[in-house]
Amino acid sequence: MSEDLYQQAIVALARDASHAGTLEPSEAKITRDNPLCGDRVTLTGRFASDGSLSEIRHKTRGCLLCEAGAAVVAANATGIDAAKAAQAGAEMRAYLNGSADKAPWTSGDAFAPVRAKKSRHDCVTLAFDALSGLFQTRS
Amino acid sequence: MSFDAAALRAQFPIFREEINGKPLHYLDNGATAQMPQSVIDAVSHHESHARANVLRGVHTLAERATEAYEGARGKVAAFLNVPPEEIVFNSGCTAAINLVAYSYGSLLKPGDEIVLSVLEHHSNIVPWQLLAERSGLVLRVLPATEDGRIDVGALSRLTSANTRLIALAHASNVTGAVLDVPSVVGEAAKVGARVLLDGAQRIPQGPLDLQALGVDFYVFSGHKAYAPNGIGVLWARSQILEAMPPFMGGGSMIGRVDFTGTTYALPPRRFEAGTPPIAQAVGLGAAMDFMARLDWASVEAHEMALTQRLMDGLGRIAGARIIGPRGLQGRVPVVSFVVDGIHPHDLAQILDQNGVAIRGGHHCAQPLMEHLDLPGTARASIAPYNDASDIDALLEGVAMARRKLA
Repeated sequence: MSEDLYQQAIVALARDASHAGTLEPSEAKITRDNPLCGDRVTLTGRFASDGSLSEIRHKTRGCLLCEAGAAVVAANATGIDAAKAAQAGAEMRAYLNGSADKAPWTSGDAFAPVRAKKSRHDCVTLAFDALSGLFQTRS
Repeated sequence: MSFDAAALRAQFPIFREEINGKPLHYLDNGATAQMPQSVIDAVSHHESHARANVLRGVHTLAERATEAYEGARGKVAAFLNVPPEEIVFNSGCTAAINLVAYSYGSLLKPGDEIVLSVLEHHSNIVPWQLLAERSGLVLRVLPATEDGRIDVGALSRLTSANTRLIALAHASNVTGAVLDVPSVVGEAAKVGARVLLDGAQRIPQGPLDLQALGVDFYVFSGHKAYAPNGIGVLWARSQILEAMPPFMGGGSMIGRVDFTGTTYALPPRRFEAGTPPIAQAVGLGAAMDFMARLDWASVEAHEMALTQRLMDGLGRIAGARIIGPRGLQGRVPVVSFVVDGIHPHDLAQILDQNGVAIRGGHHCAQPLMEHLDLPGTARASIAPYNDASDIDALLEGVAMARRKLA
């Protein structure tokens, strides 16, 4: 049932503002839009000397699923490199399309009801796509 | 005269569907209207008894197909009070506007200007942007009024001797506001500009007299007017169409093909290259028949009563706000709204659980959303087969969504 889509776990993720905002200054900034629905995620990041992310914030204007995806990304991406960012995105897509059993960076099944709603997968993955792009925009 | 929505609804087989165990409350008519059995039967009958190509074969099925296809053209022409030879079939509004932008647009010169508005659907923006980039044209953009109408009063300062075309929505797909056409036509006449109306949201509201309307181009899509997907109409007066070069080349649109010089058919065939959407056109003709049988005064009274019920109900929900005209004057039954703390997509998803189908998002009107500083809106669009139970189910769903998410 679609109501399950908005179970407490995913609402809680979406409402988690602990990594929301914008880093000023930042070493990298990227905005990704979902052209079909207008959802927008902006990530700003700073990097350690080894190229890994040392700090990240997200600014999201989107649906609850998009906000939840962005919150998960921003809460978990510190310390990862570009390869791991791409891997996380691939794992989330695999989880949503049913070819993997576990979503990256989440405990429990907050995103499980999204799997049955194909039209909403991009809402969740928008921030993951932005994360991969963030490494490429590093100044 | 009271309107029997239940009797009309019974003509639409889709309403036998249940959604999530609930009756279907379909309020996404502005995106796609449902098809009555008569239209479905007409398409099925055509495919079962007259399936063939048009205008080419001489066998019986080809004759039947041609007669059905051209018959549909006649029905559309009658609906719009124009000659059949001024009706060009294509796949929908987007194709029709692209046709005009490419063909009529090729007659324009660098520095010529086209006036649009911030309320336009992307299909009435992007084709002109592509043309402007190709040909060095200038686009001017009319602002919106506070109540979500195209600010026609700004036309006098945005038009000039360079203005060649004013292309606007006859009715907004977001706010439901109906354009003040006489003012637009009047301003266009002052500078000798043509007027194109995107009739996507107006055409489901009944027959039109395009000759009286005084515009130069009119486009609409069949799927918003009880017809199948994949059929649409461009109308323009004969002298305009005859001056326009072909858009797409291929079969049917030619006079004679020769490597020393190909000639082209007269309109409308000049603009219908290749095998056209024949069954879809037949369906559109049946949809015109269906619409012609309706008592439009009663339909309007019924739809406006439901629109009022919806707006009143939203007004009682804390945090809900209507985007567009608050009154019934000068509007179609398309109502956009936002609810504080709930994204339109989430609202639409939760409503679906109650069997309520609405649209949530930017409605292919991102410039308007930027202007409104909104990510999107929820939009309910009403058709004659809707009734009070549809509106009440929507309102109950909005209240439930607020309890859950706001």
